[in-house]
Amino acid sequence: MSAASWFFALLFYVATAVLLIGVGRKIADYARTPAPLLIATTPAPTTRGGVWLRMLREVALFESLFKSNLWLWILGMLFHVGLALALARHLRYFTEPVCDWVVMIQPFGIYAGLAMLVGLAGLWARRLWLPRIRYLSTPSDHLMLLLLLGITASGLTMKFVSHTDIVAVKVFFLGLMRFTPQPLPADAPLYVHLTLVALLMLVFPVSKLLHAPGIFFSPTRNQPDNPREARHLAPWAAQLERK
Amino acid sequence: MAGPEITAPALRDPRNYSQIPALQPGAMAAATPYIANEKIQEALGFPGKLVDDWHDKAIARMGELLGKYRSFKVFMDACVHCGACSDKCHYFIGSGDPKNMPVARQDLLRSVYRRHFTLAGKLVPRLVGARELTREVLDEWYTYYNQCSECRRCSVFCPYGIDTAEVTMAAREILDSVGMGQKYSNEIIGKVHKIGNNLGLPGPALENTLEGLEEDVKEDTGIDVRYPLDVQGAEVLLVTPSADFFAEPHIESLIGYGKVFHAAGISWTLSSKASEAGNFGMFIGNYEQLRKVALRVREAALELGVKRIVVGECGHAWRVAYSFWNTLTGIGAGASDPFAVQLQSQLDHRYKQPMHICELTWELIQKGALSFDKEANDHRVITFHDSCNVARASRMGDTPGGQFEIPRNIIKAVANRYVEMAPGTTHEQTFCCGGGGGILTDEMLELRVKGALPRMEALKQVVDSDGVNFMATICAICKAQFTKVVPYYGFKMSMIGGVHQLVGTAIKLGDK
Repeated sequence: MSAASWFFALLFYVATAVLLIGVGRKIADYARTPAPLLIATTPAPTTRGGVWLRMLREVALFESLFKSNLWLWILGMLFHVGLALALARHLRYFTEPVCDWVVMIQPFGIYAGLAMLVGLAGLWARRLWLPRIRYLSTPSDHLMLLLLLGITASGLTMKFVSHTDIVAVKVFFLGLMRFTPQPLPADAPLYVHLTLVALLMLVFPVSKLLHAPGIFFSPTRNQPDNPREARHLAPWAAQLERK
Repeated sequence: MAGPEITAPALRDPRNYSQIPALQPGAMAAATPYIANEKIQEALGFPGKLVDDWHDKAIARMGELLGKYRSFKVFMDACVHCGACSDKCHYFIGSGDPKNMPVARQDLLRSVYRRHFTLAGKLVPRLVGARELTREVLDEWYTYYNQCSECRRCSVFCPYGIDTAEVTMAAREILDSVGMGQKYSNEIIGKVHKIGNNLGLPGPALENTLEGLEEDVKEDTGIDVRYPLDVQGAEVLLVTPSADFFAEPHIESLIGYGKVFHAAGISWTLSSKASEAGNFGMFIGNYEQLRKVALRVREAALELGVKRIVVGECGHAWRVAYSFWNTLTGIGAGASDPFAVQLQSQLDHRYKQPMHICELTWELIQKGALSFDKEANDHRVITFHDSCNVARASRMGDTPGGQFEIPRNIIKAVANRYVEMAPGTTHEQTFCCGGGGGILTDEMLELRVKGALPRMEALKQVVDSDGVNFMATICAICKAQFTKVVPYYGFKMSMIGGVHQLVGTAIKLGDK
């Protein structure tokens, strides 16, 4: 097995560990931190079930973003729905046999890649040209879009420009999952694609990508509107009553 | 204060309110409220002046708040700088100062959070927009976190629900903890502790005022409407903003509350101990102060033995009462701990606890317990301004959105001519009056005038199209702010008033 294969094998073990442990720790931290006051942005659902629905609309349809700005919503949707489909399409590299629904969505995955490209380009154009968005962008905001663009472009390159031996790629990843590393095809676009994906996994727990787990813990969205009916008290606030 | 003359910004083209102002960096950099002196600060247990080790103290306090408030912690991490909020703040719309964009305001704090609490900020600060807490940064916090009215409009539009009000509260709490308190808010909290209300109105003065009011109403209507104080065993304790006792147009609504109780035959009382519904502890983000101010209402309720607690027309007070009182003081229902049960067993749970005066009036109207001469309001063409804290941080009635319907229903029940302002400027997307959150003070007038711009534009539209001459609102701060700033936009201050002012005009007293 080549040195490059060993490198990528190691890289993905490390990146997976960092992603899972890093995000896991963040989630545990969010879950442990108390929310002392009920601060749902109203009108808000009054029941737990209603809160689940609100969260579902927020996560799946970007309800608040839709209220804010239609163009931003379209671009955000193009990217995120594209990403979800592309990720689902990639499941075929990690499962044997491949589930029926993963087989079914394969053709859509390609359009998904294109949608991601359009969405990301639009989002970056906003950052570059709209004065107020440029004002509030940090270098990392631009780099994050570049990173995602790089991943999307290198992925599409393997589909449309120079094919990679995807059967061998699948053997490589199944090998990783079974802790018996297998060789990876020596292919420039593939190397680029995998390096950037690993980089994304590595920065996930220390970057704004935490918006993904963060939304579920956002008190303005995940609290029911029932303060008169039930008493809500954080442990540290309850201490004050014992004084 | 003899400052430069303030002129209102030009109204935008009504066909295109979505146009976004050109960035004017530093436009509001000089709009800074007076700093609290030692006496004011120390009365609240804060350091009297900027402490020597402010840097370490501020970072330590930030760390402490990150552990106590999930909102603050998640909001520091989750922002992606998408800009969904960037054009939603009335202060940004009115001033063009980019630091008044909600995301930019949050970033003043987030940049320091990143530097001290995140790996990326420690390793590559410039790359992720992290910066050290310098004296300049501290001053910038003081300036721009005192240019937020905590109205939560940005939180409606954020895809992660990030609420700048929470960040502003954390920043003000940090500033207080290092000795940089804001005079207006902290002085008022001191007055509540010492005298019982924001205006520093002592018990005897309050009694006099209420007696005078009874005489005025008698003269006006020929009927003995009572405005009782400290009546043991009354059914309802009414807690209302102290501005209602003497400020115009606030007092007109107080007159209206009294008429409603009279007509419905409900025994009620005000309290000299809890002669203030407002709670500026929320504005400065300090849980202990918030709780301490709220506890006066609990004590008054226990002492007077009332069965119901009703809150007058005040936006942030209703947020505190509706959303926080059960947590802070046990005014509410559903508790099992001894502290809260003590009060909750006294209250009559056939009624909502606490209840908004609009909920009370609307229930009575629905039951047919009140009757009105709607024509008495015919000289008015009325519109309704949703107050931010009522709209986005509380509820009325049984269903979400009741806070929008109930006040409107009351207006339509007592008046014939009602007009709605443009969508996108009302209900959950309502614009702040420009004076909330603890900046209703003269030295902030320029900001207040500019911040009122989007509401004034919407008002102008209905004034021109429908001849609106009365904007009703249910918030003491909205009333005070609007009466002060509408003249800058060419409107008369008499067009501002309360919902219960309209009720008071039309209600039939005596025999029905």
